[in-house]
Amino acid sequence: MSGVAPVSGQAERIGGELLRVDNVSLSFGGVKALSEISFDIKKGEIRSIIGPNGAGKSSMLNVVNGFYQAQEGSIHYKGVTYAPMRPYIAASNGIARTFQNIALFRGMSTLDNIMTGRVLKMKASLLEQALYMFRGKSEELEHREHVEKVIDFLEIQAIRRTPVGRLPYGLQKRVELGRALAAEPDLLLLDEPMAGMNVEEKEDMSRFIIDVNEQFGTTIALIEHDMSVVMDLSDRVVVLDYGKKLADGTPDEVRGNQDVIDAYLGVTHD
Amino acid sequence: MAEGASYPDIAVHDTFPKLLRHNASVRADRAAMREKNLGIWRTSSWAEVKREVDRYAAGMAELGLKRGDRVAIIGDNRPRLYWSIAMAQTLGAVPVPIYQDSVAEEMHFPLSHAEVRFAIAEDQEQVDKLMALKERLPTLEHVIFDEPRGVRDYTLDYLHDYEDVVAMGDARLAAEPGFVDAQIDAGEGADTCLIPYTSGTTGNPKGVLLTHDNLLTAAYHGAKFEGLRESDEILAYLPLAWIGDNVFSYAQSFICGFCVACPESSETVLTDLRELGPTYFFAPPRIFENILTQVSIRIEDASKIKRDMFHYFMAVARRVGVDILEGKPVSMSDRLLYRLGEILVYGPLKNVLGLSRVRIGYTAGEAIGPDIFIFYRSIGINLKQLYGSTETSVFVTIQPDGEIKPDTVGTPLDGVDIKIDQTGELLIKGPGIFKEYFKNPEATEEAKDADGWYRTGDAGFLDEDGHLKIIDRAKDVGKLNDGSLFAPKYIENKLKFFPEIREAVAFGNGKDYVAAFINIDHEAVGNWAERQGVPYASYQELAALPQVYDIVLAHVEQVNRDLAAEARVAGSQIHRFLILHKMLDADDGEMTRTSKVRRRFIAEKYLPLIDGLYSDAGNAVIEAEITFEDGRKGVVKADLRIVDAAVVLAATAQAAE
Repeated sequence: MSGVAPVSGQAERIGGELLRVDNVSLSFGGVKALSEISFDIKKGEIRSIIGPNGAGKSSMLNVVNGFYQAQEGSIHYKGVTYAPMRPYIAASNGIARTFQNIALFRGMSTLDNIMTGRVLKMKASLLEQALYMFRGKSEELEHREHVEKVIDFLEIQAIRRTPVGRLPYGLQKRVELGRALAAEPDLLLLDEPMAGMNVEEKEDMSRFIIDVNEQFGTTIALIEHDMSVVMDLSDRVVVLDYGKKLADGTPDEVRGNQDVIDAYLGVTHD
Repeated sequence: MAEGASYPDIAVHDTFPKLLRHNASVRADRAAMREKNLGIWRTSSWAEVKREVDRYAAGMAELGLKRGDRVAIIGDNRPRLYWSIAMAQTLGAVPVPIYQDSVAEEMHFPLSHAEVRFAIAEDQEQVDKLMALKERLPTLEHVIFDEPRGVRDYTLDYLHDYEDVVAMGDARLAAEPGFVDAQIDAGEGADTCLIPYTSGTTGNPKGVLLTHDNLLTAAYHGAKFEGLRESDEILAYLPLAWIGDNVFSYAQSFICGFCVACPESSETVLTDLRELGPTYFFAPPRIFENILTQVSIRIEDASKIKRDMFHYFMAVARRVGVDILEGKPVSMSDRLLYRLGEILVYGPLKNVLGLSRVRIGYTAGEAIGPDIFIFYRSIGINLKQLYGSTETSVFVTIQPDGEIKPDTVGTPLDGVDIKIDQTGELLIKGPGIFKEYFKNPEATEEAKDADGWYRTGDAGFLDEDGHLKIIDRAKDVGKLNDGSLFAPKYIENKLKFFPEIREAVAFGNGKDYVAAFINIDHEAVGNWAERQGVPYASYQELAALPQVYDIVLAHVEQVNRDLAAEARVAGSQIHRFLILHKMLDADDGEMTRTSKVRRRFIAEKYLPLIDGLYSDAGNAVIEAEITFEDGRKGVVKADLRIVDAAVVLAATAQAAE
């Protein structure tokens, strides 16, 4: 799609550090959503953030892309330190995301929704775009072609012209992924991409996530509740509970961690 | 009939590769294929197709493909897969198209039986299936894939990217420019050009060995009959492995030089149809039925003005539409009304359906309801029925323009002879008849006699105008005790054309009269009950309502009147019937997975009901086992009412006419 050469093999796929979260703490009034969280995301990996409800997973993603600003700590991204990260810096530096609750323009078609993912790449003036002349025309064609590649990739040709509000939930989720992909991100943040899906839809979505990662080398940070999905897809997993980091490691390491088991089963032990 | 069309001399261009070469020289720049890719229709000219096929063939020769080898072709309708057929035929190899939606297990038989050495797979899905079977396919040496997505990371020696093969071909062609022409010239009409496998309802599928002569001649006569020309367009959306697609979207395109378009994906067919506006169109009856149902539903939801306008003009169309289409005399006022209807209703409707430009539309495979058939013809779509099968290279009979009857399949094409044997079975002889079943001499002997007559297994007869009428599978046709013909499917189809009747099973072989089980259509009858305010709790209760019996009785008696009008089947009018308390279902073994009634099984399972039908009883009690959706089984007991239907005496019916 973006001319990135396909990469194969686990070792080659994963590179050096792309993003590091350093000692981040976030509170809303008296509620401490995140406390002193640190972890890193390596280039090319699929990194999952898991934890029970209210563990601070979505807040964590929101801090990473600058939607929330943490009171303490910093975000290191592509070698630059941001304290805090700002949304427009994140967006213009290749961080794209999807939302837990679908945030699409319901009255607009699939095509137009995905086209909005290209906004930051458009250079033509409002007038040029309105008149469909000069850069307005050439850019439109170029971006449309890119969007078509995303549509082809996600196999949603049949709903190209359908208003998103009329689509079933699973397809809306796919369109949202499409919009994020249209921005050609280096780091893709997916907030519960499979929530509310049936088994078949989950399998499709898992396939797309793996394909995005393998074909375009996109780094993915994933929040997901379905443990089998997380364990299958992820290279590494970080576990949060009540705003604290419980564990961090490969799926196997995390699975065997007593703290994690307790957090999920609700056991208290002394 | 064939104005504006010119056909190549098929005695000279007697193979498909020769026709391709011919097209690339006489209509080099005309569109040969279109495919929608990244939202844009991309067109390849005949010259481009020829160049691509040459490179592809040379590349495959480098990989070792040689004359006589079998090449499996598996995937959706993609240009490169059609080119794979042409490539194989160029080298004298034999394409074996495989249904793309088969699971790996189902593919194993044709792949191993045909001993394929090469397989062309569309994408990862098909490659994965082949990989799963690879160990059990000792003859399979190479797999070529079209769409690299997901496959490019596979590191298997026998997997090749289409692009790489074509690049290999370039090298070969540079070293040996005359290679492809020499290959083409080595081929002749009697060579095998395709081995499609028939689905086979019983036993293993059979590979039908067809030669260039078979397919070319049949497709040629079909094209000539309809006056197909190079300006026609078709949308190739039915399975590549089905003989019909091969004839309509490949053979006839090569003969006439018309353009074949491939849909963007299987889900976008309706949109693609609207965008392209094909002039030549095939669909099975089921699709025409579905389109009509959707139109009806949407019209009922439209505003009153639109709805009234639709119904008014559809009444006009029903009255005169078919006559206008067939060029029969119609009064001036009706002509004007119809023209107004064309502007207000028929034109926009055809446009939405993507059928505005259709010159020739075909349907076949099953009987089509006369109402549905006439609906399309009355709005000006030249829909026709044809008869044929894989073994006959499709074309046996077509309805000629101007002589179209809803219940026949037309007259035999040039060169095709048909006859009916004593048992009523239809036999066919002609240039399109297959050579043999591949590696299956017993089956060949059974189906084809020494003089070349092919036993179709269908029972039919020729009507007074020489039109062929298919009534049933020959093995299902029987006789009543008085000796009159009993063709169950013929009767059942007549019943099923009523929307309230979902399924019907007719009995009569070896009995005194015909009796039937009826399954009502839950949706249609449920809707009716809702509108009438008739309460019911379950399907069983709905099926037992006296009002529902009245509706069905009226339909049965209508069918009896229809049957009485036809001398051959007048004896098989329905004397008694009952409405079943449950839907016939594949889960209960009463139907096949393709929704065909399993008569023998039903006859055994519902024996008490059949006894009731052939007695004087007014009811019959049955206990039937049913399978719930979660797999549990239960027993349903029902007391069903049996009703007598009025029978028209054949003699009276004829006198009344």
